[in-house]
Amino acid sequence: MSMAPSSANDPAVLEVTDLHVEFDTYGGIVKAVRGASFNVRRGKTLAIVGESGCGKSVTVQSVMGLIPMPPGRITKGTALLDGVDIVRRKVIDGKDIRGNRIGMIFQDPMSSLNPTMRIGDQIAETLHVHRGYSKADAFKRAVELLALTNIREAEKRAKQYPFSFSGGMLQRAMIAMAIACEPDLLIADEPSTALDVTIQAQILDLLKELQERNNMAIILITHDLAVVARMADDVVVMYAGEIVEKGSVDDIFYRSAHPYTLGLRAAMPSESRHVESGLQPIEGSPPDTFNPPPGCSYFARCPNAMRLCERNPPPRFEVSPHHYSNCWLHEPGAPKDVDGLYFAEQP
Amino acid sequence: MSALIESKALTKHFKIGRNQIVHAVDDVSLAIEDKEIVGLVGESGSGKSTFGKTLLGLHRKTAGEVYFEGEQLPDIYKPADFQRYAQRIQMIFQDPYSSLNPRMTVGEIIGEGLRLRGDSEGAAIREAVAVWLERVGLERGHMSRYPHEFSGGQRQRVGVARALIMQPKFVVCDEPISALDVSVQAQIVRLLGELKDSLGLTMLFIAHDLSMVRYVSDRIAVMYMGAVVELGPADDVYFEPKHPYTQILIASNPRPDPRSERNRKSVAITGEISSPLNIGSGCRFANRCPHVMEVCRADTPGLILRDCGGSPREVACHLYEPIAGPN
Ligand SMILES: Nc1ncnc2c1ncn2[C@@H]1O[C@H](COP(=O)(O)OP(=O)(O)OP(=O)(O)O)[C@@H](O)[C@H]1O
Ligand SMILES: Nc1ncnc2c1ncn2[C@@H]1O[C@H](COP(=O)(O)OP(=O)(O)OP(=O)(O)O)[C@@H](O)[C@H]1O
Ligand SMILES: [Mg+2]
Ligand SMILES: [Mg+2]
Repeated sequence: MSMAPSSANDPAVLEVTDLHVEFDTYGGIVKAVRGASFNVRRGKTLAIVGESGCGKSVTVQSVMGLIPMPPGRITKGTALLDGVDIVRRKVIDGKDIRGNRIGMIFQDPMSSLNPTMRIGDQIAETLHVHRGYSKADAFKRAVELLALTNIREAEKRAKQYPFSFSGGMLQRAMIAMAIACEPDLLIADEPSTALDVTIQAQILDLLKELQERNNMAIILITHDLAVVARMADDVVVMYAGEIVEKGSVDDIFYRSAHPYTLGLRAAMPSESRHVESGLQPIEGSPPDTFNPPPGCSYFARCPNAMRLCERNPPPRFEVSPHHYSNCWLHEPGAPKDVDGLYFAEQP
Repeated sequence: MSALIESKALTKHFKIGRNQIVHAVDDVSLAIEDKEIVGLVGESGSGKSTFGKTLLGLHRKTAGEVYFEGEQLPDIYKPADFQRYAQRIQMIFQDPYSSLNPRMTVGEIIGEGLRLRGDSEGAAIREAVAVWLERVGLERGHMSRYPHEFSGGQRQRVGVARALIMQPKFVVCDEPISALDVSVQAQIVRLLGELKDSLGLTMLFIAHDLSMVRYVSDRIAVMYMGAVVELGPADDVYFEPKHPYTQILIASNPRPDPRSERNRKSVAITGEISSPLNIGSGCRFANRCPHVMEVCRADTPGLILRDCGGSPREVACHLYEPIAGPN
């Protein structure tokens, strides 16, 4: 047994192992996810962060059985929900897990809301279908849920159609729909991109409250590192379809062990009056998704790249208990003079 | 300095149901100078997108006027007007997905404006599209793909490229970087800065991320329930907010630091909150305001220069005494 804090060994609701997902496109095969593995613990929040296009949404869509096939393909891997692989089945005990055991907040509200149906009716329908509410009770509950997500005059708003909602109101309507059935696992894909900070704070509080009450697990995809800081217990950092660093939220923020994670942190806007610091984009662009490079995917942009990194995929190093980095710099013989990068303490 | 685009008492109400009116934008006057970037922030549902769209004639105005380069924009746009203004005025839409035609490739979508303008050849358009894909951090090879084959943030950048390829004079950017990671955000922000310098691009930049808005903007306007409640130089508004709503907004800005976020108190809002469906008299923030006074419930404060200690600020709040203007 390791001496790691017991919390890191909490039972996992969801265990994703070696997930690989591809898409056929006109130009070739896009390798969107290449070997993602992570656990989501009951009652905890796992945040997934990474560059736009790195495979975050595709990863969770695979778990939800939402990858269109064709052109998509899950070529390898499993996702166990309480031990049952859900990559290849959608029904457990006669119940569709979608909307029932797993709730999902989609990145594009309009792609999941029906434009021709009143908002309240859409939420009510979930409750009617999955929870057997009567039509009237379901609508009443839908109004309550809208009010919980801070939609004012929810009763009137419930009778409106999606087009008359603002971007942030749509996002909140979708959150109301996702939590309607009090799922065991909530997948939230960029749930607050259209919310101002005060409403965002209230929504995050609401999710935390539900989490505590129902021991709900959350997968939170967000590019907003402040939201990660507030919500996450564990963090997965993805780059070009792969997981490059993984650990507790404190590991990732205070002991970053991958150069990409450091690059992300340097890109944040600074809070001082002198705006010269911060907001440094990582130079270059991510690798070609048709032909991922043979070695480390971050090689071409990494300020600390070594010759070895170009051709050899880095193995996973455990830099501290339950904190992993896929970077050759953690090889015992590699130089350790990288500013800001965390290295395992040498015995 | 002269305003490039200016709204005068711009108002947009939506009728819903029988006698329900949503006061989405009420009496907003805002002048944006040439080469200026004005950041527009505010509560979700406060009317930011509606203001941007009404400014550009994408919604029919309920009342008010809009001037562009000194000329009044038409009340009702005819197709020819859109053609005429599309070269100089563009919009980046908040919802990238529903604003991209799913049956067109991304190359066709980005190149469409140039094609409609009719002064470039097919090959030149393709080359311009390729250049713009790269400028927003995508690949040339993405041209042949359809919108649904992109990630959320990639689609958002398609919307950015489609608007900017026209080299417009003025753009309303409605949450143009909200779906991007910080590094790509920084890249887009840098691009916008370059365009401001090289093309004299002027912008209304709608966003909710205050620390980013402050970086991008010359001035920040804060909206609450259909009205602008504070307007001033970006750093002044960010570091010394005056309107109680702005103060709450800035104080709620989360920090990317787990230790401080864990200790942050929740912000429960108390009191009866008014909504744009139900606008009472007086200040719209009165019911939530920690400094509310008698006068606030009776009399709507105007957005005018007021004495805030230090430099005066345009703020719609009775806490501050108006400064008598020259006129
Ligand atoms: N249906 C599809 N066909 C082809 N390629 C796809 C498809 N869906 C996604 N991709 C590609 O797969 C990669 C991963 O996409 P994904 O949506 O998971 O990114 P993401 O990490 O969620 O990015 P963002 O932060 O921008 O939302 C991207 O390069 C994207 O272009
Ligand atoms: N087409 C429409 N029909 C009816 N009401 C509308 C319409 N468009 C917007 N509204 C209403 O106008 C108000 C302002 O909406 P708007 O989209 O301008 O807000 P916003 O400030 O952009 O919010 P967000 O930050 O959430 O995008 C909201 O109450 C919204 O419901
Ligand atoms: Mg995504
Ligand atoms: Mg909006």
